[in-house]
Order: sequence, then structure tokens, then C-alpha cells
Amino acid sequence: MQGRIHSLESFGTVDGPGTRFVVFVQGCPMRCAYCHNPDTWEMNAGTLMEPSYIIEQYERNSPFYANGGGLTVTGGEPLMQIDFLIDLFTLAKKKGIHTCIDSSGIAYNPDNAAQREKLDKLMGMTDLVMLDIKHIDPEKHKELTQQPNTNILKFAEYLNEKHVDMWIRHVVVPGITDDDKYLFELGYFIGQFSNLKALDVLPYHTMGEAKYKKLGMKYKLAGVPPMDKTKLLDKKQVILNGIKKRRSETGQ
Amino acid sequence: MKPIETDFVRGKWDKEVNVRDFIQRNYHPYDGDDSFLAGPTQNTKDLWAMVLDLQKKEREAGGVLDMDTKVISTINSHGPGYLDKSKETIVGFQTDKPFKRSLQPYGGIRMAEKACSDNGYEVDPEISEFFTIHRKTHNAGCFDAYNQEMRACRSSHIITGLPDAYGRGRIIGDYRRVALYGIDRLLEDKQAQKDSTGRVMTDDVIRLREELSEQMTALKLMKEMAASYGCDISNPATNVKEAIQAVYFGYLCAVKEQNGAAMSLGRTSTFLDIYAERDLANGTFTEEQIQEFVDHFIMKLRCIKFARTPEYNQIFAGDPVWVTESLGGVGIDGRHMVTKMSFRYLNTLYNLGPAPEPNLTVLWSTRLPENFKRFCAKTSIQTSSIQYENDDLMRVVHGDDYGIACCVSSMVIGKEMQFFGARANVAKCLLYALNGGVDEVTKKQVGPKYRPVVGDVLDYDDVMSKFMDMLEWQADVYVNTLNIIHYMHDKYCYERAEMALHDRDVKRYFATGVAGLSIVADSLSAIKYAKVEVVRDEDGIIVDFKTTGDFPKYGNDDDRVDEIAQEIVHKFMTAIRRHHTYRNGIPTTSILTITSNVTYGKATGNTPDGRKKGQPFAPGANPMHGRDTHGAVASLASVSKLPFNDAQDGISNTFTIIPGALGKEDKVFAGDIELDLNK
Repeated sequence: MQGRIHSLESFGTVDGPGTRFVVFVQGCPMRCAYCHNPDTWEMNAGTLMEPSYIIEQYERNSPFYANGGGLTVTGGEPLMQIDFLIDLFTLAKKKGIHTCIDSSGIAYNPDNAAQREKLDKLMGMTDLVMLDIKHIDPEKHKELTQQPNTNILKFAEYLNEKHVDMWIRHVVVPGITDDDKYLFELGYFIGQFSNLKALDVLPYHTMGEAKYKKLGMKYKLAGVPPMDKTKLLDKKQVILNGIKKRRSETGQ
Repeated sequence: MKPIETDFVRGKWDKEVNVRDFIQRNYHPYDGDDSFLAGPTQNTKDLWAMVLDLQKKEREAGGVLDMDTKVISTINSHGPGYLDKSKETIVGFQTDKPFKRSLQPYGGIRMAEKACSDNGYEVDPEISEFFTIHRKTHNAGCFDAYNQEMRACRSSHIITGLPDAYGRGRIIGDYRRVALYGIDRLLEDKQAQKDSTGRVMTDDVIRLREELSEQMTALKLMKEMAASYGCDISNPATNVKEAIQAVYFGYLCAVKEQNGAAMSLGRTSTFLDIYAERDLANGTFTEEQIQEFVDHFIMKLRCIKFARTPEYNQIFAGDPVWVTESLGGVGIDGRHMVTKMSFRYLNTLYNLGPAPEPNLTVLWSTRLPENFKRFCAKTSIQTSSIQYENDDLMRVVHGDDYGIACCVSSMVIGKEMQFFGARANVAKCLLYALNGGVDEVTKKQVGPKYRPVVGDVLDYDDVMSKFMDMLEWQADVYVNTLNIIHYMHDKYCYERAEMALHDRDVKRYFATGVAGLSIVADSLSAIKYAKVEVVRDEDGIIVDFKTTGDFPKYGNDDDRVDEIAQEIVHKFMTAIRRHHTYRNGIPTTSILTITSNVTYGKATGNTPDGRKKGQPFAPGANPMHGRDTHGAVASLASVSKLPFNDAQDGISNTFTIIPGALGKEDKVFAGDIELDLNK
């Protein structure tokens, strides 16, 4: 099955471990205020590509990715195109490629048995999921992304059940997602998972703003300053404290 | 050669001049990390503060602090010079004081005069007279022999940057020999070489005998020069301090006599580490002391200066010395060649701060030890001062004792040298092909009057066939110009100090170079895959292009255009190989204009790829700026497809990336959460 692709990047260094070949899929239901790839939102845009073509592109330069790197699918929302991902990862696994999905979890629907079956299959071929939790509070999440976070949090539980390695990503935006109360809650929530391997706390930056201008879109966070990197370390510590608390309670 | 008293492991090296054998039998590969390294001593800090102060004064004085206008620089022309004698562990300056630039007229008196006058100095009239009337220079020799066509090509910049008025450089003496053998043994060896020449006095034998005599004179002068600093280098160095000093004296002699386009150091660190390991084991010196010697050595290398003109500085974007030192690499027996000394050299970037000179070049292999790779990566991120070259590629050709001259030219130390040959502007050659040899800027008939392109739309096969003919012509005039240059350089500006530290029979590479490769590749791709219409001026000369449609661009891992680039390199090299080369030099080519791409762009008209007249070329083998749109790996992949066999003098790719794009800051990213939780 073909995928709807926004672009391919041959030298990804921030989307998973090592140097990675990164597939940006087209289409996302989320409307995160700070999204720096609004050009990947539209569902019916992009270029149709065969999984075999993508693997071919990967293989051309595989020595770059061989040493601890691999293939990352991000977007856009990869899980909107599960059939394509299954085909892509089937090929990737034949070649022994490390596979990673960067997802918001928004597409997950625990009540959909057909999807569940496909997901089970896909997760069997996925080495790592980077789950981006935008906000731990349901109301605040809706405000920020125009979507609820119920299923996103359930997706984390699902990954834990499936023993798929998970990194949690969280963007800290000054005044919006930097409240210690919620950061601690986030930590407390993810602290229950034994598949949690890393925490990737990202400082909000304003580099996306230019894209909105170019696309003639309104930038909701205009005027919000980029996140101070030194303060970011404190914020990360708050999340870690939440994780510690949960783990001490459960005796992990 | 008289036997050497030594406690090192013996082998061939103690019976013949063979530094590689010494290294292989005695060095200790180091797999550890950087935690052993020592910081700067107080003396180092004091001396470096003095250098920084001199640098500041030099900038304030407009770029030159002092110049010698009376004393012609030779190995022992100047008395000793110091920053602060009591604090320097490694000594020696080019003249009698730091930052005073020496007078070197053998390359060309007018260049020497201009270098002085442009900086507000005047060469002693007696010296000017002497080198105008009584003693011919390299530059005068070249112009005596050039024909009209060569002069026209030179002034229209289709061949450009030629070393006919300045020193060709690119020759690396095996400065380690001074430390390992001492001058007396080297003299003995040279005498034996001279005694071994043929008895029939052909031109070649006469020249060789004369050159060997010159080399022996240089060796004797080296000893005198060292003695003026209170050092005796007649015999082998007995410890690491003496070894570093001897290596530096050897190098210093070279830069006292040659203002070359690149004056590289070689591959000294692992050699010197052998002495350091012995001294550490014997308790002769501490790690702090050894690092101090290295810091002072590197500091001296950072103070190498030449008198140059603003035009020269424009070609090379500054006045680089290219004190390239090659570090690391892997031996042909499979052991890597990283030693503690490799770390110590890189550590100078911390102890003295980052600097472009010496040009510390890591010979990179996938098989280098992980700790060294990590240290290199860290140092690159923090200082942006390391150059990397592919050892896995070059080791196949040169073995494990080669070094880099300038930025990419590889040669076996003491056994191979090169005749540096600047560059042919192939982008301009393509325009000549379209215009039947008429220069698009000056409108003069410079190339042969071949048939120009007719019609308004360029046809790929037609253009390619005309381009190949013009490339043949360009290669012809280029190689023959270089033949003259190197003949005259040997005759009037011979590198006796560097050649004294070579074997008798050296392998000579006849280096050529290409500028404008990515422009030609993209231009031909545009002609092939899009529609390119020509715009002619009132004289019927094609001066501009109108391109409709898209075309594959070099730098995106797209074989359609990358293959064009490969073909040009191959065709160019084939054309070069067809010619007689001076002293049977082995022809090579390079794709490496790191800085002069700006100047070449200025002299070249509009090109079919959409580049406008005067716009800079991409550096080296780089894709044109902004045209590589598929990410760094795709861009690198296009470059890596260029055939090394046809460009053995090196392929360079200038790569700039913001640190954030190379990965996460180690402090921000919690890669392993368990570690954080245990805090």
C-alpha cells in the first residue's frame, strides 16, 4: 500500500536514536498550537510513495544509519496510515532495520477491533515508539490541540502491554505547558510504565512561525517567547520527580 | 649509516632511513578516553597571552606587524627569536622576532616587493636590483617560457591561481627524520645517495647531483640554525622534548625558505608518542610537562607567517599557511594508530583555544577506537576546528604513513611529493565550448576557434561534444603551463630543506585541479532535462540563458545528474593523462577549491544552471548553495559518488551544520531515563 508522504529526510539526528532516515507522512488530525509542521496537516496532499521506494532510498545510504540509527516515521500522524506502515516495516524488518514511530497517539481507538488487529501486527515490527504527550490535563489538552487526550493516554497503556519500547516527548511552552503541577502529573502518569526508556523534554522554539506566515495561516502562539534552555532542565526534573514518586509507590 | 644506540625495538629503521618501520615496531595504540589529559601550565597561559596580544596588535596595524625588507630569508639568515626565553620549552621563529614576516624573493621579486609595499614597507633597493639584474627568479623564468596562449588563458582565468609568482608549497619534508636520526646520519645518508647516482651525466643525473648537494647544504644549515638556539641536533633525540624540538626545527627550516601555498607538517603525533610513552615510563617527564611541550609546539605553528599580497589573500580568503597535521588512521596490519599524542594534539584546542592552524586533520576510519571518535566529536562540537579525511579510502593507495598537504592532498611522508597545479575553471570551459573559444567576459578569442553553438535552444549531445573538445584543449594548455612552472620552480626556487628530508628517488605527483564542477553538472543537467534557451549579445556571443522546466541538481543523490558529474571528472582526468608531464610526474586531479571559489566566480559569466555572472562557485566538490534539498546524507552521497581514482589528489566537501541539527544537547536529552532517576 502506498503512503501519503510529505517529505523524506536523509539525515535525521533528533528523531530517535543515532542517525536516521526520516519519513514525514502527510496528514494529521491534531491542530497543536505550537506545531512547526503545519504543512503536514492536510490529509489529501503530499506525494504517494511505495514502501519499496522508501526502503530503496534508505538502502542507498545505509552505512550512515547502520551504527545505532535506523528508520523513523513521523509527520503528520503516522498512525493515520497503518496499512502503509505495516508494508513499510515488513520490508524494513526483512533488512534488519531499526524501526521507530513518532506519534501523538491520536489515531488510537481501543474500541475498534479491526484497528487493534492491525496495530498488534505493526507493533510486532516496531522497535520504538516516541509518544508525544502534549498535555496531561484533558481540558488543557483540548484547548491546545483541539482534540481530547483520553485515547492518547490509553495508547501509552497499550504500548506498555505490548512491551514496545517507549520514549515520552513533551514540548515545554512558556505559560502553556510549563506548569509544575501538570508536569509532575505527567511524570506520575508515565512512571507506571515499565516500557518507558527515555524522556525527551523539548524546549518550545519559534522557528515554525515563518512557515505559518508563508502558508497564510494564523500563528496562535505569536508573541510567546522560546523556552529558556536552562529553565528547561528544571522542568525536566519536575517530570522526573513525578516518575520517581510513582515508582516508589509501586515499588519499582 | 653508522649504527644507532637505542633502547627502542630495533628493526630496519636503525640500519636505513625508515621512520615508518620505527613507528610500527614501537608505538602503543591507545584505546582509553580523554581523562588523562592535562590543562595548560601557567607558562603556557602566559606565553599564549603574549601571542594573543601580538595578534591584536597585528590586526590593529592592518594585518602585518613587522616585515623584513633587507635580509633574504634562508635557514640561518636570522638569529634566534623568542617570546619569553625563560618560559618557552619549544623554541624557534622564522625571523629574529615573533610576527616579523620574512623576505623571500626567490619565487618572484615583484611579488616580494608588492607584498611589502601593499603593507607599507619597501624592499631594500639593492635586493630589488640584485633579483632583477643578477639573479633570475621563478616568476621571471615562467614568463620567459610562456607562449601567448598561456598568457591569455592566465589573464582570462580559464586556468587560474597558478603558482608562477608564489611558492608552490605542498611538499612535506619528513621532519621526524631529524629527531630519529639526527642531522649527521642524514648527511651521511645523503652522501651515500649522491655517490650512488648514475655515472653518465645526462640532464637528469646532473640535476639530481646538484639537488642532493643543495639538500646537504640545507642539512648543514639546519644544524647551525639549531645551534643558534642552543640545541644540538647532530644526533638522535633522547627524549620527547628533544624530539618535538627537532621535528619543529626541521619544519622551521622549510618555512624560512619557502613561502608556499601550503606548508604542511605531516604525520608526527604517533611518532612523537613513542618518545612520550618511554619518558612517562622512565619518569623523565610528567603528563603535564609533555602536554606543555605539545602546547608550545602548536603555539609556534600558530605563529608561522608569510609576506603576502592582498590579491593572494583574496584567492585564499586570508593568508592560510595550511600547517596540516594528520592524526589517527589505521595501520595496514589492522591496528589503529591513535595514541595519547593524538589526544594531546587535539587538546591544544582547549588549552590554547580553537584555531584554524595548525590544520588538525583526523584520518577517519570506521575502525578508530570508540573513545577517540567520541573525543573528536566532542572537540568538533566545542571548537569547530577539526578536519576529517577518509583513511579507509586513502590507506588503499598510500598505506599507513601518508600525510595530507594543504587540505586534501595525500602523499607518503618522505617518499612522495607533489607539484601543486592550481585549477582549471571547467565552468568557463563550458562557456568557451558554447562560444567557440571566445571569452564571455572579455569577448576576446582565448581558446581555439572551434564552431560555436548555433540555434536558440541548447541540445545536450551537441553541447557535450563541443565541451569535450574544448576540455581537451584546456587540459593541453593547462598541463603545458604547469610543465613550465615546475621546471622553473625547481630551477630557481628549489625546496632544498624539504627535499633533504625525502628519499633520493621520490614519487612525484603532478597535481591538477578542477573548479566549477557542480556548475557544469547542473548546467548540463539543465540542458538535458529542461529547456535552455540562449541569449546572445550584439556580437552574437552567448551571454545569458533562459531555462524553463525543472532539472535534477547535483547534491540530491540523484544519479541522473550525479553521473554527469562523474563523467566530467573522468573525462577531464583522461584528457590530463594524455600529456607529457614534467619529471614524469604522475598526473592527479583534485576537486577542492575551499576558498578561491569566490574569486573564480567573479571571473565567470552567466551559466546555464541559473548561476549569475560573478556569483561564487560552490567550494570544492560541493553542490551549489541551496540546491541540495534532500538533507545532508543525500548531499554527501552525491559527492561520494565522484571517482577517487580520477581525483586522487582529493575531493573536498565543505560542510556546515548548526549544532542543533547534529543531535540533542547532552544536558537536555535524557537518553537513558534510569540514569536520571538515580540522581
